[in-house]
Amino acid sequence: MSHLTLQHYWWAIIALLAALLVFLMFVQGGQTLIYRLGKTSNERTMIVNALGRKWEFTFTTLVTFGGAFFASFPLFYSTSFGGAYWAWMALLFAFIIQAVSYEFRSRPSNFLGKRTFDAFLFANGLLATVLLGVVVGTFFNGANFSVSNMNLSRWENPAHGLEAVLTFSNVALGLAIFFLARVLALLYFMNSIDHEPIFRNAKKQLLYNTIPFLVFFLYFVIRLLFIKGFAYDPKTLEVSMEPYKYLHNFLQMPVVLIIFLVGVVGVLWGIISSLLKDKTNGIWYAGIGTVLTVFALMLVAGYNNTCYYPSNFDLQSSLNIVNSSSSKFTLTVMSYVSLMVPFVLAYIWYAWKAINREKITESEISGEGEGHVY
Amino acid sequence: MNELLDLSLVDWSRAQFALTAMYHWLFVPLTLGITFILAIMETIYVKTGNPEWKKITKFWMKVFGINFAIGVATGIILEFEFGTNWSNYSWFVGDIFGAPLAIEGIMAFFMESTFIAVMFFGWGKVSKRFHLVSTWLTALGANLSALWILVANGWMQFPVGMQFNPDTARNEMVNFWDVFLSPVATSKFLHTIFSGFELASIFVIGISAWYLLKKREVIFARKSILVAAVFGLISSVFVIGFGHASTQQVAYHQPMKLAAMEGLYEGQNGPGLIAMGVLSTKKTDPEYKQLKDFLFRVEIPKGLSVLAYLNTTQFMPGIKDLLDGNSEHNILSAPEKIARGKMAIQLLKDYKMAKDDGNAEEASTLRAKFMSDDFQKNYFKYFGYGYIKNPTDLIPDIPMVFYSFRIMVMLGTYFVFFFIFTLLWLTRGTLEKKKWFLRLALITMPLAYLASMSGWILAEVGRQPWVIQDLLPTVAAVSQIGVSAVQVTFWLFAFVFTLLLIAEVKIMTKQIKIGPKDGGH
Repeated sequence: MSHLTLQHYWWAIIALLAALLVFLMFVQGGQTLIYRLGKTSNERTMIVNALGRKWEFTFTTLVTFGGAFFASFPLFYSTSFGGAYWAWMALLFAFIIQAVSYEFRSRPSNFLGKRTFDAFLFANGLLATVLLGVVVGTFFNGANFSVSNMNLSRWENPAHGLEAVLTFSNVALGLAIFFLARVLALLYFMNSIDHEPIFRNAKKQLLYNTIPFLVFFLYFVIRLLFIKGFAYDPKTLEVSMEPYKYLHNFLQMPVVLIIFLVGVVGVLWGIISSLLKDKTNGIWYAGIGTVLTVFALMLVAGYNNTCYYPSNFDLQSSLNIVNSSSSKFTLTVMSYVSLMVPFVLAYIWYAWKAINREKITESEISGEGEGHVY
Repeated sequence: MNELLDLSLVDWSRAQFALTAMYHWLFVPLTLGITFILAIMETIYVKTGNPEWKKITKFWMKVFGINFAIGVATGIILEFEFGTNWSNYSWFVGDIFGAPLAIEGIMAFFMESTFIAVMFFGWGKVSKRFHLVSTWLTALGANLSALWILVANGWMQFPVGMQFNPDTARNEMVNFWDVFLSPVATSKFLHTIFSGFELASIFVIGISAWYLLKKREVIFARKSILVAAVFGLISSVFVIGFGHASTQQVAYHQPMKLAAMEGLYEGQNGPGLIAMGVLSTKKTDPEYKQLKDFLFRVEIPKGLSVLAYLNTTQFMPGIKDLLDGNSEHNILSAPEKIARGKMAIQLLKDYKMAKDDGNAEEASTLRAKFMSDDFQKNYFKYFGYGYIKNPTDLIPDIPMVFYSFRIMVMLGTYFVFFFIFTLLWLTRGTLEKKKWFLRLALITMPLAYLASMSGWILAEVGRQPWVIQDLLPTVAAVSQIGVSAVQVTFWLFAFVFTLLLIAEVKIMTKQIKIGPKDGGH
């Protein structure tokens, strides 16, 4: 394979990991609903345990996403992480407090108290989703950095990443992901918890969260179709602004457009079928739909000669999949490793199926079962 | 490269990385070892069908769960800190270093997180056999996670399998197997995981000894000690073997680190090994203030020569040989290396300038010169030295390196005897009567952590001032952010991690006091 093909392949892998990460953030969304949905202590414990069996996958996907980005596009890694310091640090702090909360919240001698760990879970749910959206928003709206001829980067804004929250479109994407995560969590609870009051409550909340999700998502997407984009000349790598760049990307990559549309329809069908009927399988439609939608948006950000990490400070410093990637050799080696991904997905699927064969019930949570309870 | 070398920023960035890495390392070795101990215990349960073994397995699984959660919490930050705090580094070596991290995520983390879920939540839901396989795969996944990050760390100590590309201004991988199978990486990995097994064994023995002292859960404690003592004894032999292999690698590839470990200032033929010693505060040399005299030392004649080179006559350079040069042994002086490093940096800059100016012919000539064998072997090899201002900056912190090595080795030797006597008295049935030894087992637990930490202090402080040996000094690797930003995040990490550590210790202690009961669930 040519270096360019490998660069496209690895951007697709990054896009897929980002898509899986956004889907798996239903865990974060669910963490913001523990007290909204769980009216009794037992109900809250059921909700926490439903999420507690999945949080590590979100966490692992985030870590793998970081590792894969580092390996395949190291210039992004060095530019964004070292530059947008505060944005990434805030995101990481949000994950640090999550990791212990499940295991520690209900243990005896937990001196911080169950409520503190539940507050940590809420903070993680809110900050991780919104901040991730804000950071990904800069993939379309740009950030303030420059890159020297030695490929060393410098952040040109003293706020070091916090400035990204001042761009409404970034925040809109963050809020869209936040409400989407809640929607997915509600669909997941309806599917995996066998408890009528939680089911009814979740269904009610589904509507309340779908509306703001659609508002912010549609704002982001419609705006995206009309804004100028950061295009580069594939021969000279010179960057220029192109009107309707992302609209052009959709039209010039019809397969990506179809993936996007199928994804959006999947999300909507998952929600609508759960709202109108007492369906419990909406999470599958909405989950797969989310993966397809985010995957397509990431392809639109990086394919078709588009700079996926544009610089508003110095246009020519903008990063694209060609100028920021690893060498051909490294991408080739990692491509062999990536052949393991279907195998990994297969055993994850098998293990999930084995654990999820039975829904979470009150009796299991109250300690009558043999398993681990958070 | 980095022209603004802010020492305060470098120090704070190092402090932050050291803080987060050391907090993380409080939890990792136990995870590495206890997962295998769990797997062995569960195997016995499945083989014998004895419910006592199931109770034992579930109790230690609970302890593992508490430890694992905080290990994950402290671990996530490390991966991203390569970018947030060492951004120049992450570009300079990302082509090589990133690959093990990505492979770690795909191969190891998913395996660990998938099967850990089956291990915790699968009791009664999946078959016994599938559950057992999941426990073994969790152990394998945890240790594979360690493999890839240690491959990356081994590469930083001894960079191999790469070529510097002047166009991209970074090192690029040219041979994956050289990186993966580097002798530095393999000995480091094996030494590290076996030390984790040893620590976990000591942990299990220590907690079990507490039950014996309290005359509680005697059968549970005896069975736990049996598994841990056998596992620990076998592991301790490997720790010593691979520790020896690691020392040999240091001798070949990081002579300054070895000289600092031994406080060897003047080169010697067949040097002895200082078994014990105390450094004074007096200088031995007016030129090199870091070199301190010994108040006393107990030396094993020819010991170091045998340990590092497997013969009694090998010449080993001292710190002064490495700084002043030694023509007899073909060692370049530090000023000469610095001069050659500066020439390599200058040639790279000239090439970049010619390229930027569109002067293709000159650029082509300069590139050819840069890539020539002679220049690569005699000049680029010392690239990192070009950023060193003073030759004495090349000396690592001698007391830290000297003492951490001795603490690690002395404790490692003690652990072997500890396991032997534990096993001996357990099989003779006299362990419960030896209260002093049971108390010693409790004291041995923190000593295992001390030994483990000392090992990392030796490895990481010992390679200073390098982040990549000879190629990239720490000062040139740091991200250009305000020092106040790093100070704020340093204290935030210190506060949050300390809070979580206190919570973890309290929860763990309580869980141990509650005891196994039906497994602690």
